[in-house]
Order: sequence, then structure tokens, then C-alpha cells
Amino acid sequence: MGAPLIGARIQRKEDYRFLTGAGQYTDDVTLPRQTYAAFVRSPHGHAKIKSINAAKAKAAPGVLAVYTGEDIAAAKLGGLPCGWLITDVNGQPMKEPPHPVLAQGKVHHVGEQVAVVIAETLDQARDAAELVQVDYEVLPAVADVRLARAKGAPQVHGIAPDNTCYVWALGDKAAVDAAFAKAAHVTKLDFVNNRLIPNAIEPRAANGSYSRADDAYTLYVASQNPHVERLLMTAFVMGLPEHKVRVVAGDVGGGFGSKIFLYAEDVVVTWAAKQLNRPVKWTADRSESFTSDAHGRDHHTIAELALDKDGKFLAMRVKTTANVGAYLSTFASCVPTILYATLLAGQYTTPAIHCEVTAVFTNTAPVDAYRGAGRPEATYVVERLVETAAREMKMDPAEIRRKNFIRSFPYQTPVALLYDIGDYDATMDAAQKLGDVAGYPARKKASAAKGKLRGMGYAAYIEACGIAPSAVAGSLGARAGLFEAGEVRVHPTGSVTVFTGSHSHGQGHETTFAQVVADRLGMPIENVDIVHGDTSKILFGMGTYGSRSIAVGGTAIVKALDKIIAKGKKIAAHLLEASEGDIEYANGVFKVTGTDKQKLFGEVAFAAYVPHNYPHDKLEPGLNENAFYDPANFTFPAGTYVCEVEVDPETGVVKVDRWTAVDDFGKIINPMIVEGQVHGGLTQGIGQALTEGAKYDSTGQLVTGSFMDYCIPRADDVPMFQVDTRETPCTHNPLGVKGCGEAGAIGAPAALINAITDALGVKDIAMPATPQNVWRTLNQKKAA
Amino acid sequence: MHAFNYHRPSNVNDAAALAAKSVDAKILAGGQSLVQAMKLRLAAPTDIVDLGTIKDLAGIKVDAKSVTIGAMTRHAEVEGSAEVKKAIPALAALAGMIGDRQVRNMGTLGGALANSDPAADYPAAVLGLGATITTTKGTHAADKFFKGLYETALRPGEIITSVSFPIPKRAAYMKFKNQASRFAIVGVFVADTGAGVRVAVTGAGPCALRLAEMEKALSAKFAPESVASLKIKSDGLNADLHASAEYRAHLITVMAKRAVEAAMK
Ligand SMILES: Cc1cc2nc3c(=O)[nH]c(=O)nc-3n(C[C@H](O)[C@H](O)[C@H](O)COP(=O)(O)OP(=O)(O)OC[C@H]3O[C@@H](n4cnc5c(N)ncnc54)[C@H](O)[C@@H]3O)c2cc1C
Repeated sequence: MGAPLIGARIQRKEDYRFLTGAGQYTDDVTLPRQTYAAFVRSPHGHAKIKSINAAKAKAAPGVLAVYTGEDIAAAKLGGLPCGWLITDVNGQPMKEPPHPVLAQGKVHHVGEQVAVVIAETLDQARDAAELVQVDYEVLPAVADVRLARAKGAPQVHGIAPDNTCYVWALGDKAAVDAAFAKAAHVTKLDFVNNRLIPNAIEPRAANGSYSRADDAYTLYVASQNPHVERLLMTAFVMGLPEHKVRVVAGDVGGGFGSKIFLYAEDVVVTWAAKQLNRPVKWTADRSESFTSDAHGRDHHTIAELALDKDGKFLAMRVKTTANVGAYLSTFASCVPTILYATLLAGQYTTPAIHCEVTAVFTNTAPVDAYRGAGRPEATYVVERLVETAAREMKMDPAEIRRKNFIRSFPYQTPVALLYDIGDYDATMDAAQKLGDVAGYPARKKASAAKGKLRGMGYAAYIEACGIAPSAVAGSLGARAGLFEAGEVRVHPTGSVTVFTGSHSHGQGHETTFAQVVADRLGMPIENVDIVHGDTSKILFGMGTYGSRSIAVGGTAIVKALDKIIAKGKKIAAHLLEASEGDIEYANGVFKVTGTDKQKLFGEVAFAAYVPHNYPHDKLEPGLNENAFYDPANFTFPAGTYVCEVEVDPETGVVKVDRWTAVDDFGKIINPMIVEGQVHGGLTQGIGQALTEGAKYDSTGQLVTGSFMDYCIPRADDVPMFQVDTRETPCTHNPLGVKGCGEAGAIGAPAALINAITDALGVKDIAMPATPQNVWRTLNQKKAA
Repeated sequence: MHAFNYHRPSNVNDAAALAAKSVDAKILAGGQSLVQAMKLRLAAPTDIVDLGTIKDLAGIKVDAKSVTIGAMTRHAEVEGSAEVKKAIPALAALAGMIGDRQVRNMGTLGGALANSDPAADYPAAVLGLGATITTTKGTHAADKFFKGLYETALRPGEIITSVSFPIPKRAAYMKFKNQASRFAIVGVFVADTGAGVRVAVTGAGPCALRLAEMEKALSAKFAPESVASLKIKSDGLNADLHASAEYRAHLITVMAKRAVEAAMK
């Protein structure tokens, strides 16, 4: 055997397919007798639908059908469900307004689907969609998270007074109040965590088909979790038996969370396929993506940190209003609560924390999980407070952090989580060294000599990955389990196909998971293929989000591998006429301990499938095992980011000059893929802080509805990243892994805004810190 | 995109005739503005007259006094042309600042001028250098060409064939990009022509415009400090999500100063 595969920089197996254009995305699937759908969408933020006249559209060339909310109601299709029930401070369930797949009488956000036109060609469908006449009575709208509960604000849903979905709280309020009362210093910030639009490179797409012969459906869809999609669609919306619905999410071009959810279009094309007895395909164009994909973030937060005179944290008080948009998307309710407030301890021993979250409806696209989902918002609160407190108390920002680091594990936080392990000094030390923090003063001088303002900022983040122990999640309101499933199928000649319920849409699972399998089985990686994304092939799956794949999905595979090896030992014992207890397995060889008697893995596999000489009395033939793994705890990746910016005070342009990221992701399977994930995450985090911000006007129009106005960062907006890792292996999964997919996006915004405020010498600046925003902030400072 | 009739004439007269046939006919050059509008269903021409195969519309000619560029010359050709770089380096540099590589490989000078996007770059050079625009119907002086938002002196069916840029003593273009679109929030072209200084700005108004005050100050003394504290009035300047009129006014001064600095290097 060669070098171990775990920890090796192996090039991605999937890239040959992608780079040669051989990927099979949903839109690449064209079925016999394919038809095409175009959706008629609301141009208004809030309006009554007085009437819909589809006569002209129905008569247009090639049109097969036009369906509206009435047809959906007549077919008794249910609304889209929310997968997580939040119970409010008074013990009442959250308000769940109906979320119809085609609008019923009223529209609640720009881009909401009002009707669908299905035609022989896409152009015919689009042409006819322009002929559907919808008579709207425009209503006043509310879009801004800060205005949703204002007196006299327009009401989005009748069932949610004051536009309030729930008021929820976590932590010991009395203890927090008491700590604040005796604090030597209190740092307070009031800010908006800006709304983001995910913008996966592949837009959402769905192609539904129906077989009358089998009374069965197939949905090809750009999804991060096909089994969850099927479960929600069959059980909650369409009332279909699961075994009659196959969901295939083959190659998916990015998701960042936005493809976790069950969307209206997926249901409509599946339902319509049966009505027409023909497959119905829809692919969003970019304009549709902007207005109808679930957005991310959009919190208004007032946060306070109480400290003693030496800079020790005493308590934290956080009040957040979270915009959930016009409807509750699949996981909308848990993101600003369970995935947010629980992270407010950060890396620190803050003994008392209280967080109150008010979720509000507005006339905007639904808001749900987006890379980091709650944890970037929490990290922003903690790390902005900590850095600001250090400045106010004239302490070194790294030292104030060190003063408060958690150093003894396991550590029970005051906000429900139990950290199993970490070493925050290690990542801080490494980041300071790698980032040459010692050389900062000289660089600041050099910048000043050029007329530029240099600033430095830290973020020492923590996140919870490996979602989630199902019992814990269930007790907190989850309406689904959060385990993962895997199957290892050994073929008669010894090669292996692995089926995983995790889903890869850019993460490189086909490589990383194959490394784990090949390493454990002691075989070349070429002998292992990973299959995902098809409910007819994979036993079950909860999908990919929350950086859970390797920790939960990977562990399920390891458990199945353990079973394979255990069974292999039995077969080998029989073949070698030894007792099972004497068989050891390493490097692809079953061996009788202390002898040179051995069988290769392939020989054992062959014996399992050609069982001529086989212990039939004790063992079934075949070598195929599956496993379900429900994690014992979350995993807790953590790290330190240090960045430096140089600001041009004349124009307000911020140049991100240096970026150092040292992360602790536990054991690392493929450092190259991990670095790629960190680079991508950091870039999205830099985007949030510097360039991205979705803006609605007061009527609910999306002002940033295209890339002409919504700026996702390009390669030249980010510096060359210096990344490194430190390793404290997770204590409760066999690989010791934690997850790395979101860290960059979680830690980056706080680090960057800390650097910018340092450069400008101001307490705060709103995200995104665009040139105009920076210029104005400097002017205000001058005027003050 | 709506359906349309596609024409590919082999000479510019046929193109003009085809374009004149229908009020909803459109000339297609690089398609980097027109096709976008068609894909978004904002434009629905009945006929597309593609200039792509008319050979003599593309090319660069340089003589002692001027640089003449064919209407169908792609931005990338101007950017990369050794002759342009030598004669008017600011013009090559400007072409290199347009959009991205893909856009520059398709987009054309004629298309950019005919389109007269308020944030387009070329208009600043055309106005800043006092270029002459030649069309199928005659010539236009730069100062009389840009009329307003997406509005030029071109009459229906009139096709730009080439543009002639006088070679200045020194010139520079400074562009402050919109982060998202990378069009100009403000772009200032400064040219010391020998017979006076011309300063043109794009992105700030409905179309490219000249800045008389700055021209006066720089004609008196061609130095950054001549404009550094010259405050531009924000009244009537463009305002949007990315830049208020005040910010644009401020940026014009900064970009003009930097353009003068660059021109003097
Ligand atoms: C992503 C992107 C980024 C861009 N960034 C920039 C930028 O930073 N700066 C910038 O200046 N521009 C930018 N552009 C616009 C680009 O420069 C276009 O190429 C240009 O504006 C239009 O030129 P075209 O050759 O593509 O013309 P087309 O799109 O083919 O035509 C545009 C219009 O001009 C008319 N037309 C074309 N040629 C002629 C002619 N010879 N005579 C008369 N009428 C004619 C057409 O009928 C049409 O109405 C960008 C475009 C894109 C897609």
C-alpha cells in the first residue's frame, strides 16, 4: 500500500466530468415529449389579485395549459410546509401562514408565482406568459426588517398580527440583567446584518414527469437533499405515497443553502406532468433567481456586552429582529433561533447570555439558510462586540480574546451547546504568526505615507456543524430527523460503489468520501465510486447543508465499512480455517494474526458472491452493508481570521490587502478541497461585508434584481488568502472530523468590518462597506 | 427572446437599406447591449441586421494627426493595438477597462457610441478628444453627437462606419467603476490637445458631457492642483443606489485630478 489517502491532496475525481462539459445538470435532462413551463410572477410587493384572464395565453401557439391558483386549490394541493416548529416565549406555536404553490387571491412579494404556462417550447411558454392578464389591486407594502413592527405598518398576513411570526428567547435573562448591573463597562452595537442573495451558478431547475403505466412520478431537480424534497412534497403537499415518487438531483451547480428547500415550482411541474401526461421542465432565469430563491440573513440586532474592569466578559444581551420574508421557507424558522442564538458564546467563557429573537413577515422573498445560516450572524454579533469592547477599553483585541477563551473541555455554554473540544489559543497564535501581526505597525506607516488608511481586524469564530442529534433537534422543534445514511456495495471482484444520503453540489464528495473508503479498505481510490442524489438508488438521506456531510454522512459510510470489514473477517476466517477473533484487516488484506496466512479483500468479496466454499450455516452471501448514523453531538469547528485593509480616503474604496485564516476543522481528509472551501467561504463573507446587499424599496420592489446592481465579489476583489489549519480531532465521530464548508463565510464579515472600522477610526459601519458608504462615513466623522 | 428575422448583408449600403425597411429593425454589432436587452425581453426587434460580416467596417488606421477606427472594431483590438497604444495610449487603456474579456472580444466602438449608455466609456474619449464620427449619411462632430439618455444625433437607419480621433499631446482616462456592473460611475477623460484642454466625463449625466470649468483651469495650467479643489456642482448629476449626485460630483474632481497626474507621467 502507498501513503495514506486520508490527508492527501488528491485531485477531484468529478472535475474531469465538469471540466469537459459532461456534467448532467437538471436542465440537461430532456425527456421524450418534453414540455416547458414559464411562470407568471407578481410584479408587486403586495397586491390583491382581482382577476386573472388567461384566455389569450391559452390560445397562443404551442400552449398546452395555463394553471392558476384556482386550479391548485381545486386539485387540493397543500401549501409548502415549514420543517421546524418554533414555540414562542408564551408557549404558542409560531404563525404559519399558508404558502400556496400558486398565489391564492393575494401576492406577498415581487416574484411570487401567480400562474404557470406550459407549452411545446420554452419560447412559446414565455411568449404566452406575457399574455396572461392579471388585474392587481396594489396594497401598501413593508420590506425593511426595522419597519415590519412599526405602528401602522402594512400587514402581510392576517393571521400574524404586527407581522410577527414568533418572539423566541434563549438564556437566563435575570442572570444577564444582574451581570450588566455590576459591569465596569458595557459595549453596545445596533446594526443590520444585510440581506444576501445566494446566486448559485446553476439556477434552480425542475423537470417533472409522470408514468401513467406505473402511476409514478419522477422529478429531476436542482436540490441539495432529494429525499427531504420527496418527503416534504409527498407527505405534506401532494398526498402521494413516497414509493411512487422518485427525486433525482444529479449534478447540481452550487446551492449555498438555497437549494435545500422545497419550492413551489418543483411541486407545480410534478403535478402538471400528470395533468398533461407529459414531462414539464422549468429552469429559472437569473432574474427569477433574484426574486424567487430564498435569500439569506437580514437581521436587525441590538447587542450589548458587559465586561469587568479587566476586560473579562460578564454577560451578553442580544435582541434581534429577523426578517423571514413573505412566507416561511423550509428551514426559515430555525435559522435565526436554533442556529443563531446557540452560537453566541463564541470561543468565550461569557457566563450569562440572553437572546431574544422576533421573526417578522415582510413583502420580500422568503429568507432561509444561506452559507453559514445563523452562525455568520452570531459570529458577527460576538466578534464585533468583542473588538469594539477592546478598542473602547484600550486593550489589544487579541489579548481581550485570550483573556476570555474557553480552555477546558467539554464546555457547557449558557446557550445550550456542549463544546467537545477546541484549542483557540492554537489558532490565534498561528494566525498572528502567519499574518505577521508584528509587522502591522510598519505596514500601517507605509500605507499612511501613500495617503491610505490601513486597518486590521480579527474574528475568532466558532460554529456548530454536523447537524444534528435528532433527539435534540426534535426537542427544539425539528419536524424531521437529522441523521444520515450510507451504503457500501462491494462488487464480486472487489471494487466498491458507495451510496450516500449526503449530496455534493460543489463540495467534492466524490473524491473526499472515496478517500475515506479507499483508505479504510486499503485499496486504490480508482476502485471506489460515490453515488448520491437519487432517491431510487440511495436508501435514504437528509442531504447536505450546515457543513454536515463528512461528519454525519461520512460517519454513516464508516459505520457501513465497519460492517463490511466485520463480515469480511468472518468470511476470511472460514476460508483460512482460523477463528474469527484471530483475523486482522489492514491494507486490503485479511490475515491470521501472527502468521502469513492471508486472503486479499478481492478474494473475500469474490467468495461472498461465488459462495462455493462459504459458511452458509452462519452467514448470508453477498457483501453489501448500510448504516444510519445519528450524531451524538454537533461538531465545533473554530478558528481565527486576521485581515488588513487599505482604504483610499478620497474615493472610499476598500482594498482587502491581507487575509490570514487558521481553522480547526478536526481531521482533514483532503487539504486541497478544504482550502477550496475556505477560499470560497471567505470570498462570500468578504462579499457580504464589502459588496453584497439586497435592497427592496418601500413598495417591495427589489432594487438589486440583477448583477448590474447586486455585486458578488470577483477574483480581483479578494487578496491571495493565507490559510492554515490546527487540529483538535472531534471526540465523538470515528474520523475526528468537524466540517469546513461554511467557516469562511461565518468568520469573514466580522473580521473585515473590524478592519475597516479600525482603518476609519469609527465605531461602526453598515454592511456592505461600499465605496460610497465608506466615503459618507468618513465625511460624517469629519463633520462630527 | 422573441422571434425575429435575421439578415447578414455584405456591405454597408445593403445594411442601411435593410435597417430602413422597418421601424422595428435593429443593427447588430457586438450584441453586448442589444442582445442583453432582447434576452430580457426589453427589446423585441422584428429584424436584425448583422454588421458582423462587413469586412471594411473593422480596422485601425493611424496617421500623423489621427487614429481612425472602424465601427466594427472590437474593444479588445483597440486595447491590444500597438499603434493605438503608441499614438493615444489613453484610448487603448480605456478600451481595456470596458467590461470583461468576453465583452471586449465582442463589443464594438460603433455599438458603444450608437448605444450611448450614460455609463459607457468610449463616449468620454470621443468627447474628450473631439473625435469625428463618420456614418452612412455624413459626419458628426463629437460635441454634437451625444444628445441625452441613450440618445444620439444618429437618424433612423444611419450607420456609424468609423471614428477619427485626433492625436493629443497627452491624455489620460480615469474610471471609477460601479462595483457590480463595472460600468463607469464616473469616468473622466482629460486631453491636452495642444490647442487647449478638453475634459469629458461619463457616468455623471444622461450622456457624456464636457466640464468647461476644468478645461479652463487646466488650459491655464495643466497640473493636478488646477482641478484638485475645483468642486463640481451636484445638481442634475445622476444618482442611484451606488452613488448619490454628491458622491459623483466629488468623484469627478478626484478622477480628473488623477487623470491629469496620469497624463503628465
Ligand atoms: C457584462 C457587460 C459589461 C459591460 N461593461 C461595459 C463597460 O464597463 N463600459 C462600457 O462602455 N460598456 C460596457 N458594456 C457594453 C459594451 O461595451 C457594449 O459592447 C457596447 O455598449 C455596445 O456595443 P456592441 O458592439 O455590443 O453593440 P450592440 O449591442 O450590437 O448594439 C448596441 C446598439 O447600437 C446599435 N448599433 C450597433 N452598431 C451600430 C453602428 N455601427 N451604427 C449605428 N448603430 C449601431 C444597435 O442597433 C443597438 O441599438 C458592457 C456590456 C456587458 C454585457
